[in-house]
Amino acid sequence: MSKRILFATLASIVAGATAAAAQTVYPIDRAEILAGAKFDLKVEFPGSPAASTLKVTVDGRDAADVFGLQPTIVEKEDGHDLTAWWMRGVSLPTAGRPKIEASAGGKAATVTWDVWDTPKGRVAKNVILFIGDGLSVAHRTAARIMSKGLVEGRYGGELAIDDMPAMALISTAGTDSIVTDSANAMSAYTTGHKSCVNALGVYCAHNKNTLEHPKVETIGELVKRKTSMALGVVTNTEIEDATPAGVIAHTRKRSDYADIVKMFLEVKPDVIMGGGSPFFLPKSTPGSKRTDEFDAVKAFEEAGYTFVTTRTEMEKAAAEGKTKLLGLYNTGNVDGALDLKYLKKGTVAKFPDQPDVVEETRAAISALSKNPDGFFLMVESGRIDKYSHSLDPERAIFDTIMLDDAVKAAKEFAAGRNDTLIIVVGDHAHPVSIIGTYDDDRPGQTPREKLGVYAEAKVPNYGPVDAAGYPTNIDVSRRIALNFGTSPDTCFDAKPHLDGENVPAIAGATPKTFVENPKNCERPGAVHVTGNLPFDANSGVHSGDDVVLTAMGPGSELFRGHKPNTFVFRVMATALGLAN
Amino acid sequence: MGRSRVGNGTSRRAVVAAMGLAIVAAWRGPARAEPPIPLSFDRLYASFGVRGLVFGDEVRAAAGRPVTLVGYMAPPLEAEATFFVLTREPAAICPFCQSDADWPADIVVVLLKDASPLVSAGTRVTVAGRLEVGSAVDARTGFVSQLRIVDATFRK
Repeated sequence: MSKRILFATLASIVAGATAAAAQTVYPIDRAEILAGAKFDLKVEFPGSPAASTLKVTVDGRDAADVFGLQPTIVEKEDGHDLTAWWMRGVSLPTAGRPKIEASAGGKAATVTWDVWDTPKGRVAKNVILFIGDGLSVAHRTAARIMSKGLVEGRYGGELAIDDMPAMALISTAGTDSIVTDSANAMSAYTTGHKSCVNALGVYCAHNKNTLEHPKVETIGELVKRKTSMALGVVTNTEIEDATPAGVIAHTRKRSDYADIVKMFLEVKPDVIMGGGSPFFLPKSTPGSKRTDEFDAVKAFEEAGYTFVTTRTEMEKAAAEGKTKLLGLYNTGNVDGALDLKYLKKGTVAKFPDQPDVVEETRAAISALSKNPDGFFLMVESGRIDKYSHSLDPERAIFDTIMLDDAVKAAKEFAAGRNDTLIIVVGDHAHPVSIIGTYDDDRPGQTPREKLGVYAEAKVPNYGPVDAAGYPTNIDVSRRIALNFGTSPDTCFDAKPHLDGENVPAIAGATPKTFVENPKNCERPGAVHVTGNLPFDANSGVHSGDDVVLTAMGPGSELFRGHKPNTFVFRVMATALGLAN
Repeated sequence: MGRSRVGNGTSRRAVVAAMGLAIVAAWRGPARAEPPIPLSFDRLYASFGVRGLVFGDEVRAAAGRPVTLVGYMAPPLEAEATFFVLTREPAAICPFCQSDADWPADIVVVLLKDASPLVSAGTRVTVAGRLEVGSAVDARTGFVSQLRIVDATFRK
């Protein structure tokens, strides 16, 4: 279908939908809302209808009576040709399917919500949500081959992430597109609402201020508001990045890092660990990326947190029984497993004592499990995604093994307790597939000559696996051909990037275009690869494929078959009995 | 999706200010040519930690004085501009274009003497100008920088 026809078709669909329904209601039609969870109810009335004609009802009753609030009405909000009708921070106490009607001047719009309850009450003391950012089936298979070995078609063992009783296929699309990003994807897990690309904990309305869009309550906020449980957010990306921010944040734009730091301080998760320290430093400190003098480290210390910056400090604080920890281990992302363990590239020379995700997980569980009311912990292995963007297979696979080790540590904690729900899931997919083996013993120099497919796809010969499940040598003659389905123009030699993370493309002469990184073209055997992405793409993109979820522990039995990503929130909130 | 972009063209106020500076410079007469201090990205910071960066001795000594620095021109905001970012390595990312990207911590902002066509991004350039040290927020873009080379020129 040509773009023009597609656009015309979409336009007619939209026109068809809006002819009878000119108003836009947030939360949108078919929203799933936890009974008792807070949300902002916003209606955007097009044009300038008189305030006296605006009517919003819930199952026929005036919204003001239902919620016990008077609306705030803003004409020409942010200069748009609309009148905004707001009720912030409302909730519905009981399950049902309320119809919300918004009408003005003879035009009406109706949406129906699914308000759901958790009637069984709390069945899990603890919930640990593991996110493999971008974790796709091929990452999992490649990690299993690398870590467990493959002999005559059988693996030498199971991954911890695979060996779980419950499983489901999770769809990740948002309200705006079929391929989502990590912000919107995480937001669905942490709020139960689908939203749009780049959004965290908000519906995407027309507001100009990214912090003013209609909010929905996150699981981090719910846990803090409704229980006395401990809350932990652990990652190896910058702590302000989309996945960790999704536990607590509300913004239309995930890059609002300075604001996200303040949101962490408002919610106060007991354990906060990751990289991204510059947004915690006041602007007068060299290295700060803030535009104000807010000293977030000081603010957290004043709130009773122990601030740690290395693995040694983290483990000491955990051993001393500290229960409130702020761990920032890098100015950017914490280095991935391949650089931390073996290659010592990336920023390891600058930050020689960073914990990996496994060590972070152990320290976090040690601190959080001191809470008698249990804990909610989110752990992200975030660079599976980043290394898949940069078309760097070995680093992406190593960080999948690291995720597996972190899950193993959580399973050791949960063993014999039967009170801990563990969920492992990707937030969105990458277009990755195992297509064979790159075999240096094959004749020729270039990747196409080195690639063995079908019967020639011999088992890789990575070096012996260490105690943590990582191969001790990846620079070997037979390597997994983990193929990336998308790329910008790039140069490719089918060899591991031993000198540091792959940089597939660099900025081109024409603004907003990217060209192959000439350094890659100098590598022996490298070939030019014509990109298949839009010209403004500098790396691989996400895919709209479903992702695999595995789970164990109380409440996990609800996972089955195919579910939308919002269902993950439903299972967690149900296990914790978070409704009224 | 991106951050606020630098507006096109130079404001009249900036032009007037620049003319004023030119007059002041002329009044002071030709300055004695001070040889520029060659800086390198490797020595900009004495330490680089989670709690912040510490400028190298050489950088602190060079504050306010003419310097040169070799680096890579990051993707510019405009084809012709007075402002670009110098990075240690060729930047694959365009933080102004992509919401989840951010600059490395050790960038240097270059404010050119005159608006000039910028070379292809990713090109290795030698920048010469006067070093400014300390945190500053660009009034137009909100861009935070620690080190700036001002009144600068560059060559490939």
